[in-house]
Amino acid sequence: MNAPTKKLRVATTSLAGCFGCHMSFLDIDERLLELVQLVEFDRSPLTDIKHCGPCDIGIIEGGLCNAENVHVLREFRANCKILIAIGACAINGGLPAQRNHLSLSAILEEVYHAQHGLVDGFIPNDPELPLPLDKVHPIHEVVKVDYFIPGCPPSADAIWKVLTDLLAGKEPELGHGLIHYD
Amino acid sequence: MSQSNTFTLDGKTIPYSEGQTIIQAAMAAGEYIPHLCFNPEFKPHGSCKLCTVKANGRQTASCTQHPAPDMVVESDTKEINDERRTLLQMLFVEGNHFCPSCEKSGNCQLQATAYQLNMMSPHFDQFFPDRPLDASHPDYLLDFNRCILCSLCVRASRDVDGKNVFALSGRGIKSHLIVNAKSGRLADTNFSGDDKAAHVCPVGVILKKRVGFAIPIGSRSFDEQPISATPHPQGACPVGPRSNAATLPPHPTVKDA
Amino acid sequence: MLNQADTHAGYLDPILIRHRHNANDLLQILIAAQDHYGYIHSDAIDHLSGQLGLPRSKIEGVSGFYSFLHLQASGEYRVLFSDNITDRMLGNMDLMQSLCSQLWVEPGKVSEDGLLSINTTSCTGLCDQGPALLVNNIAINRLTQERVNAIGELIRERLPVSAWPAMFFAIEDNIRRRDVLLGSHPKPGSALAALLQQGAAETLQQIKISKLRGRGGAGFSTGSKWELCRDAPGEQHYVVCNADEGEPGTFKDRVLLNSYADRVFEGMTLCARIIGATRGFLYLRGEYRYLLEHLQAVLQHRRQQNLLGDAILGQADFNFDIEIHLGAGAYICGEESALIESLEGKRGTPRNRPPFPVTHGYLNQPTVVNNVETFAATCLICLQGGAWYAGIGTETSSGTKILSVSGDCERPGLYEYPFGVTVSQVLSDCGAKDTQAVQISGPSGVCIAPDEFNRRIAFEDLPTAGAFMVFDRSRDMFEVARNFVHFFKHESCGFCTPCRVGTSLLSNMMDKLSHGHGSPYDFAEIEKLNVLLQSTSHCGLGHSACNPVLDTIARFRPAYDKRLAHKEFVPAFDLDRALSQARQMTGRDDTGAHLERSHE
Repeated sequence: MNAPTKKLRVATTSLAGCFGCHMSFLDIDERLLELVQLVEFDRSPLTDIKHCGPCDIGIIEGGLCNAENVHVLREFRANCKILIAIGACAINGGLPAQRNHLSLSAILEEVYHAQHGLVDGFIPNDPELPLPLDKVHPIHEVVKVDYFIPGCPPSADAIWKVLTDLLAGKEPELGHGLIHYD
Repeated sequence: MSQSNTFTLDGKTIPYSEGQTIIQAAMAAGEYIPHLCFNPEFKPHGSCKLCTVKANGRQTASCTQHPAPDMVVESDTKEINDERRTLLQMLFVEGNHFCPSCEKSGNCQLQATAYQLNMMSPHFDQFFPDRPLDASHPDYLLDFNRCILCSLCVRASRDVDGKNVFALSGRGIKSHLIVNAKSGRLADTNFSGDDKAAHVCPVGVILKKRVGFAIPIGSRSFDEQPISATPHPQGACPVGPRSNAATLPPHPTVKDA
Repeated sequence: MLNQADTHAGYLDPILIRHRHNANDLLQILIAAQDHYGYIHSDAIDHLSGQLGLPRSKIEGVSGFYSFLHLQASGEYRVLFSDNITDRMLGNMDLMQSLCSQLWVEPGKVSEDGLLSINTTSCTGLCDQGPALLVNNIAINRLTQERVNAIGELIRERLPVSAWPAMFFAIEDNIRRRDVLLGSHPKPGSALAALLQQGAAETLQQIKISKLRGRGGAGFSTGSKWELCRDAPGEQHYVVCNADEGEPGTFKDRVLLNSYADRVFEGMTLCARIIGATRGFLYLRGEYRYLLEHLQAVLQHRRQQNLLGDAILGQADFNFDIEIHLGAGAYICGEESALIESLEGKRGTPRNRPPFPVTHGYLNQPTVVNNVETFAATCLICLQGGAWYAGIGTETSSGTKILSVSGDCERPGLYEYPFGVTVSQVLSDCGAKDTQAVQISGPSGVCIAPDEFNRRIAFEDLPTAGAFMVFDRSRDMFEVARNFVHFFKHESCGFCTPCRVGTSLLSNMMDKLSHGHGSPYDFAEIEKLNVLLQSTSHCGLGHSACNPVLDTIARFRPAYDKRLAHKEFVPAFDLDRALSQARQMTGRDDTGAHLERSHE
């Protein structure tokens, strides 16, 4: 692959996710060396950057379960030319969305009040804590998303394929074996 | 008869016999047309509309449409595949399809068809319906979250097993699968693992207990090959070298359904 | 003491006997059972299952399909406000809210004491005298605040509906213009006598010469349909009158059945003679339940006059009788194959076609299904000849058409015109002023703007089943379309994917625009759905579900543009409101406890 004249800037983050997609990203192994020839990282678990700056590509793992997730997602959308949803949680809510058939009040009640063994349980109300949304949402329900890499997590090969297609200026395409929802 | 008994499917000549529908003739000729509610062992139903093709320029369900001599049928085109993908996205947002936790993953026709048609996201907003789970039966689990209302279990139980264990109730977006018991529980029906109905679900609603993840995700039917290359995929009867078909009870023969 | 099962056997057995334990009458049996008990009890299903030899899953499945059947107690008084756009324009929502507050009940829920429930229902066919409601399936028209207050009082006093003031139930015909059909009053039996005189084959010939076409909107040649059915092999032939007049804005059949029932039944009897049928059905929409006794009386009278039953008019080989089957709140049953499924006691799912009902209809036998108005018209043709009838109207649309006019006009009601009348003529006759749009043939028809008011009511221009809804310039055509989209969502049978899910998606998108969350993105999505529903749906409901949106986009684009408040995509839901439960549970209201709506 020919290195572009200017490195593309990439940001990644995990919202309501488990970082499993990031782990899978790291599974591209030695291809990471090839990748860093082509890109530089903005906000991501690999750097210590707290806020996403102007980027070419933003990669979002996890869905939206609280107010902070929404702020981070909007920051990514505002700063990234291309936004990619990665993994089941970002794409359809995934595991965190399994709470969606219960009311949030019932969940908070169960966790902080009714649960056996709680003494004087109260629902945390520190302004530092992000408030949970009543339902967990996939990210495309809140901002426009350009590309999706499904999987729980997607394989390193699938992630690599999408990134290298994009870096080569092609429409990313996963064929049989790379497209997976599980 | 001088009339030809063939039609063309995406330019290929397909022979057909009297009574065959387009999809039946195409399958017999080894051609794949995406489908979910159609199963060659049962009378066509025509509800999922995944098998929509253009026959002489008019869109129609290929599982119910009979071919005519020299009919020009288009199936594998961008236009039709885009529509099929949208239909799949509708089915995905209508129910709760959390593939990573589903025992049917990798053997699921809905999922495999979505892979085949490059469905990368559900596109629409999720409905997140509140649907029940029925674990009452000692050997089988019903997870209604995944039901796509194809009616295959209804047809199998009624037409093959002669039991009517399953039926559809409700209307419109509130349509849902029910079982034949006052309690609403599968355990209180005469359902049995030997029933044909136990083995026709194309998705993960009707699942055998205690065989979960015996075959790891990644080594299942549609992990091995795409659904288009899998002959006559039967939802719950995975084919291929790592099939667990041997652990399933033998199927009763299908009567003229 | 009776046990539970005996309790139900007590009222079910006479119903079963009346229906000769015929499983094809399941829907009728369920309606009768609910009439007696208030809802369909789980033990009643057990009893019916045993007696009819049907699995209970099937009985539950049928019960669950129809809006008017209930598997749980739904109140001694079940109040359903008609919710067509014309009812909305007359303020039905405020009246419903008022009744709800009077009686301390939420819409769609049963009151805590089990006394009542209040909800909306699809158009009840009283658009010329709305707003309307049904209480225990009986229609009340011309609702005002006073009338609603009185209804609240009657319910609180627990007075049985049969004892309510008769004026509440005084449904009017409102015939404003009569032509050959509504203006003539031939003696009952005269068309049958003419048929016997000229012979069945000649009568069919006259119907073909008349070029009469079906009045349900599709316009298939009536003569050809009867001939195809006559010639189709079968053990029995059947005549079915489609009185499931569910298209919002249509109410002509209500009047025909109320004041011209003899004519309708006589047309069915003519058909029976021609195709060789001995049994006929009138499928009456559940909303017109209050007409049932009257119709039964007309049938009984005709039997006494030897116009129905055995050896009609003394002809030994002329035996025919008519049963009335009730619908139970399912618009889709107006589709002829769904209607037949419903007649057979099943869920009203449209069949795969072909085969068509003329060869494979009721019980898979050759069946003619015609509209109420079509049957009524055949009597005229039989009496006055095909050529006479063909001379009325236009070349390809012979005869007259009855329009159900409602909405913004001074004189709503029935207008019968020869085919070919212009929309502007109708508007002028009904006293419509400052008209912005007319919805022809209901939500599944077309919506036209003033520059098209010179168009004609005729199969070759504006085909219609009869609805003619007028909207003046004060109306918001986006809200009209949104009401219709909700109607289709409610009435989709759920059989095919595109219509089942697509009508829900479409109504969600219209709601999103209505709630101020629209952007050009959503507009493109609506147009994409339109294409998919038209090309892949199983039946006409799905094909036409997008029509109201397509038509109003094409003609009233500014009504949509003003909803596209955002340049970029915004969520369909209110993010700040999505935090309200958490705010309530934590007692927080700091800035971090809120999310601004959009981020533009």
